[in-house]
Amino acid sequence: MPAIKVENLFKQYQLGQVSTGTVAHDFNRWLHKIRGKEDPYEKITGENSREEKGNSKYVWAIEDINFEARKGEVLGIIGRNGAGKSTLLKILSKVTSPTKGEIKIKGRIASLLEVGTGFHPELTGRENIFLNGAILGMTKSEIRSKFDEIVAFSGVEKYIDTPVKRYSSGMYVRLAFAVAAHLEPEILIVDEVLAVGDAEFQKKCLGKMKDVSSQGRTVLFVSHNMAAVKSLCNRGILMERGKVVFTGSAEETVEHYMRINAQNLKQKVTFETKELAVGNENIKLKSVVVVPESPFITEDISIKISFWNLSESKIVKVAIDFIDLNEDVVFGSGFDFQTDENGISSGTCIIPKDLLNDGVYSINMYFNSPELRPLWNVDNIINFEVEDKERNSAYFGKINGAVRPKLIWTV
Amino acid sequence: MSKDENWSEIIRPKRHWLDINLKELWRYRDLILLFVRRDFVSVYKQTVLGPLWLFIQPLFTTITFYFVFSRIAKIPTDNVDPILFYLSGITLWNYFSDCFSKTSNTFVANAGIFGKVYFPRLATPISIVISNLIKLGIQVLLFVGIALYRVYFHGAQININETILLLPVLILLMAIMGLGLGIIFSALTTKYRDLSFLLTFGIQLLMYATPIIYPLSFTSGKLHQILSYNPITPIIENFRYAFFGIGYLDISGLIYTTIFSLVVLILGVIIFNRVEKNFMDTV
Repeated sequence: MPAIKVENLFKQYQLGQVSTGTVAHDFNRWLHKIRGKEDPYEKITGENSREEKGNSKYVWAIEDINFEARKGEVLGIIGRNGAGKSTLLKILSKVTSPTKGEIKIKGRIASLLEVGTGFHPELTGRENIFLNGAILGMTKSEIRSKFDEIVAFSGVEKYIDTPVKRYSSGMYVRLAFAVAAHLEPEILIVDEVLAVGDAEFQKKCLGKMKDVSSQGRTVLFVSHNMAAVKSLCNRGILMERGKVVFTGSAEETVEHYMRINAQNLKQKVTFETKELAVGNENIKLKSVVVVPESPFITEDISIKISFWNLSESKIVKVAIDFIDLNEDVVFGSGFDFQTDENGISSGTCIIPKDLLNDGVYSINMYFNSPELRPLWNVDNIINFEVEDKERNSAYFGKINGAVRPKLIWTV
Repeated sequence: MSKDENWSEIIRPKRHWLDINLKELWRYRDLILLFVRRDFVSVYKQTVLGPLWLFIQPLFTTITFYFVFSRIAKIPTDNVDPILFYLSGITLWNYFSDCFSKTSNTFVANAGIFGKVYFPRLATPISIVISNLIKLGIQVLLFVGIALYRVYFHGAQININETILLLPVLILLMAIMGLGLGIIFSALTTKYRDLSFLLTFGIQLLMYATPIIYPLSFTSGKLHQILSYNPITPIIENFRYAFFGIGYLDISGLIYTTIFSLVVLILGVIIFNRVEKNFMDTV
């Protein structure tokens, strides 16, 4: 039995700033409307894409989405940033409305994304429980009947009549979560909460999710975290550029996502001939390849480099920098390449397993003569994503740090 | 495909113009009262004088008006004690202008919370009107107190008659008008922020176009005509008639104000209702 049914859902956004041009557009739109014509700006709406900068002023954040979530199911929604997941959730929680299409719902929706919404720092914990509960849709009597339970769950009994601005951030979050957790919605939306908060808080969230689904309620779980999706969800949908590109079991969806991700990344550049290759009068690049294509943290990663050496020197010093998504250099490394009789230099750099953290890394390359005279350099020649596979702990969030080496611990 | 599944809710694009969910608003009445409480409790926390500010504002304005308009400009007050004349006008006017200006930035001021969770958006402006009502109640008590003081110690004349029973109606009309105008502006300012600048001095100008610092009888001819088109004029005039016995009971003016207020409110609710669904995309 479906609990949510999404049918032909579209959401259009306007790009850029609201300005004097908006008045003209609004007017034109209104003119078309009173003459019974279609919205003139709907046709020129570009698809949700980051790479191509279309000349359209409007973009489909969500384009023709259809899916169903059954009662008691934990549905994972995955996709890259900007794929439309948050927009979908906003429509589901009625914060914004769709441009076309509809969503049918059975029961009350609540979302753990709203933890602490409307908390007022000057009010006491008690006052905030009532205010927050009412904002989330509970009546006063409902809150009153669950009040003791909420306070006990939050563990802030002692400070319940203290203004929440005096709370530690941990107490604040616990109290806020306690209110949200006692909403007892038929449909629960969990969005990336796992990314914030400590392990204990995550455990509570996950515990609540499991409770909710075991009571025959539905959970929509939105996450970047493949390990969490795989272990928590029964089913998954994959979103890409505002569309649903895959639905299936959680396992299959995650696999598919990783495959698509691998395709979007440029783990490989190869050139057949010197003439086609990128480079300059000193260096022509033959190939740079990452093996395996989408490595796990627990695997060795090889970067295979090969180029035509046209410089006078037989030896070329090659250095590579690994850049993370924040554009920070994680580390760099170098090696002296010898040139063979065909004028080709080749070498492989192996990054040992359990060193890079999960995430996307790109590579900048520098070619120098033995005297350190620059021959050629190139930025972002390839990139690849390191995946987190499985974890044995209750913590599913991304572990902090640019690298994640396995260190030696002793007693 | 079975069509008869009983969905509890269907999320669709824009609703019909008149599809206003008052039942839902009623379900959230607890929230409205909690908002009122929050506004009231939080405003005066961490101030030394606390709710005393409710008295200080109208008193100081009255004193200023007294010196500027009565002593310097020598504008008559229809033989009413000038302090009471100004204080009555300011008290009533402040309620209207607070309702208007504070509801007019509903969307912009609450973007954070509106962006995260759904509840009927009208709950916010309604709660503002109610919390200002409490404020008004306290200020009316102040007015009564000052009036007694002036009567006993300065021989001020007041002449309360039975039309004072209309006071709740007058207040309700101001609430409706302020709310209606405020939510119209709040809906428009989500897209065009320019309006909020216009509003600030617009309300100020409107005060001078209302007989707050002068009696309506002070004006004549065209000006008198224009002032009587101002829907707030009958409210102020009728209150002064009820309390001081000046002027006359203006029933037709009140009917005019009532119609105006209701039209503004209905229009406001319709526009607000239109905007609330998608304003997050433009704020």
